[in-house]
Amino acid sequence: MAELFTLPVLLGIFYSGIRLATPYLYAAIGETFAQRSGVLNLGVDGIMLMGAYTGFYIAMKTENLLLGLLGAAAAGFLMGLLMAVVSVSLQAEQGISGIGLNLFGLGLSTLLFKVTLGGVESIRGFQPIRIPLLGQIPYLGDIFFNHNLLVYGAFLLVPIANFILNKTTFGLKVRAVGQNPQAADTLGVNVTLIRYTTVCLGGILAGIAGASLSLALINLFQENMTSGMGFIAVALVYFGGWRPWGVLGGALLFSFVNALQLWVQVKGINIPSDIAVMMPYILTIIALTFSGRRARQPQALTKPFERGEN
Amino acid sequence: MPSKTEYSRLLNRTIEALLPLLAVPVALLIGAVMIYALGVNPLQAYGTLFQGAFGNVSGFTQSLVKATPLLLVGLGVTIAFRGGVINIGGEGQLIVGALAATAFSIGFSDLPRIILLPLTLLIAALSGAIWGGVPGILKARLGVNEILSTVMMNAIALQLSNYLLRGPMIDPAEIERGTQIAQSDLLPQAVWLSRLMPRTLLHSGAILALIMAVLVYIFLWRTTIGYRIRAVGLNPDAARYAGIPVQFYQALSLILGGAFAGLAGGVEVTGVHHRMIEGLSGGYGFSGIVAALFGKLHPLGAIPASVLFGGLLVGADRMQRATQVPSALITVILGLVVLFVVSSEIWARRRARRRETRG
Repeated sequence: MAELFTLPVLLGIFYSGIRLATPYLYAAIGETFAQRSGVLNLGVDGIMLMGAYTGFYIAMKTENLLLGLLGAAAAGFLMGLLMAVVSVSLQAEQGISGIGLNLFGLGLSTLLFKVTLGGVESIRGFQPIRIPLLGQIPYLGDIFFNHNLLVYGAFLLVPIANFILNKTTFGLKVRAVGQNPQAADTLGVNVTLIRYTTVCLGGILAGIAGASLSLALINLFQENMTSGMGFIAVALVYFGGWRPWGVLGGALLFSFVNALQLWVQVKGINIPSDIAVMMPYILTIIALTFSGRRARQPQALTKPFERGEN
Repeated sequence: MPSKTEYSRLLNRTIEALLPLLAVPVALLIGAVMIYALGVNPLQAYGTLFQGAFGNVSGFTQSLVKATPLLLVGLGVTIAFRGGVINIGGEGQLIVGALAATAFSIGFSDLPRIILLPLTLLIAALSGAIWGGVPGILKARLGVNEILSTVMMNAIALQLSNYLLRGPMIDPAEIERGTQIAQSDLLPQAVWLSRLMPRTLLHSGAILALIMAVLVYIFLWRTTIGYRIRAVGLNPDAARYAGIPVQFYQALSLILGGAFAGLAGGVEVTGVHHRMIEGLSGGYGFSGIVAALFGKLHPLGAIPASVLFGGLLVGADRMQRATQVPSALITVILGLVVLFVVSSEIWARRRARRRETRG
């Protein structure tokens, strides 16, 4: 166990912990918007897969990573739009429609992957950029300021999302629609429009989350490469009490455990790797257990809105 | 002479009944557009698919073999959904049931078949029940969202299986040969389910699943516990007001749901593979949800639904071999079916509300 606590290893764990938080942050912050407006989008995993595939394919064909990122966002937007039509306009049971969206995204991304790529190929993804001055700080510079563009973006997203949700008119409307859609409607807020906006925004961010895997973290596309990360992102929203800073805390805790688990394997410490891989999932259940009692949940979460009800 | 309103009511009711059934043809139609976009003739692709699934004895029996775990998982999903809880943990519960059945039957292989086989299947169901019970009790006691906890339990079960099949439970012959394929030893022949037809994989587990479907129907509609589960699912507030302990029945429906998925795992190892293998489930936990939904959450409706989707899974492999259309197309179609079925419920709800306001 002692070999885990040397400086380079600790630096490595912190560095990968920050890196690994990226996809969870994009997906969970996007999901926070959707849930604060009252829509539980459980299809995040399927959206991430579509984003990962689309981003990878476009980046590989055009040799332009930013175009790939844009494509991933567009794919995420379309998937979000589909979810919005089903769960907002057609008022479908949200838990189940999310499963449908996941199967759809898993199937379509696999289908397209098999037809257009055939096999696993890797690309040169987003490279780390060392931030001037800050990047020179000993240790901290290595841990925090030597990452790729998408990592910085993910962490910047947290204060931005917090500002939008709490300090803007749009954010106020989102929260009102999630707490009491009838009252918001009476005050002239367009409930349907707000929910479409948040679910599509959530879709865009989930698409980017997928691209952060295929264009920055792993740099390839593989069938079902998210393996349930989207569900963990949804769990992080609960854990974070539906607040962006809380989501950040949860994402960091989760990814540090994951990083630790990876380093334990690298160092060949005598824990079976399959058991180590289990740790983050067990942690998620424990985290959900402790956040379950908190009554911060948006009152109208999972409840479709229709005028004239009540 | 029926009046105009009666006609429109009849029309509405017909639409309500047929709309969910349209989900499959509409999804297949969208699939056809995709096949066409791949440069393959959709009629030819679907022709091989349905020919492969239902057109001959070997294909049809194979479809029934796939339908068996779908039906069992679907029954578990049906009970849970009827109780107002969403069980996405079928995959994990199935894996754990299969692992337990394997370990138990190998460990007690000298018991006679008449004791060993029922006990093995019971242990499988019990392990699934425990795996579903953890989210169930967490939901009842601490309000933990069961959708998320069942998904996490899936991931844990998968890792547990990987660990056991590469370590403690690996077939000793794999170590001797040095091939190290992650699979268990063969189950004792005493627990192999009998084959119903020579030269096919069709096994008596299919009959067991049918019996279970009838039993679940009787359970949900003819017993007090079943009635309470449905009452809790239909309207938890009203059920609570009527003195039904809502949390208890929510947990119970997740436990029972887990038991059926666990049994599916036990039936898979004793009926098909005769050993625990990696990737045993192959997504039955999720396709079972689709079968349950398409069966309108009715145990008997789940029977034709499982045969249909079992057939689609079998046919998809044939289609992939014959026309190069990836079998992942079926996952797309399954996803669309779910989206269409849940979306179509809006008409039923609208009608119910109109009836209410009319008084």
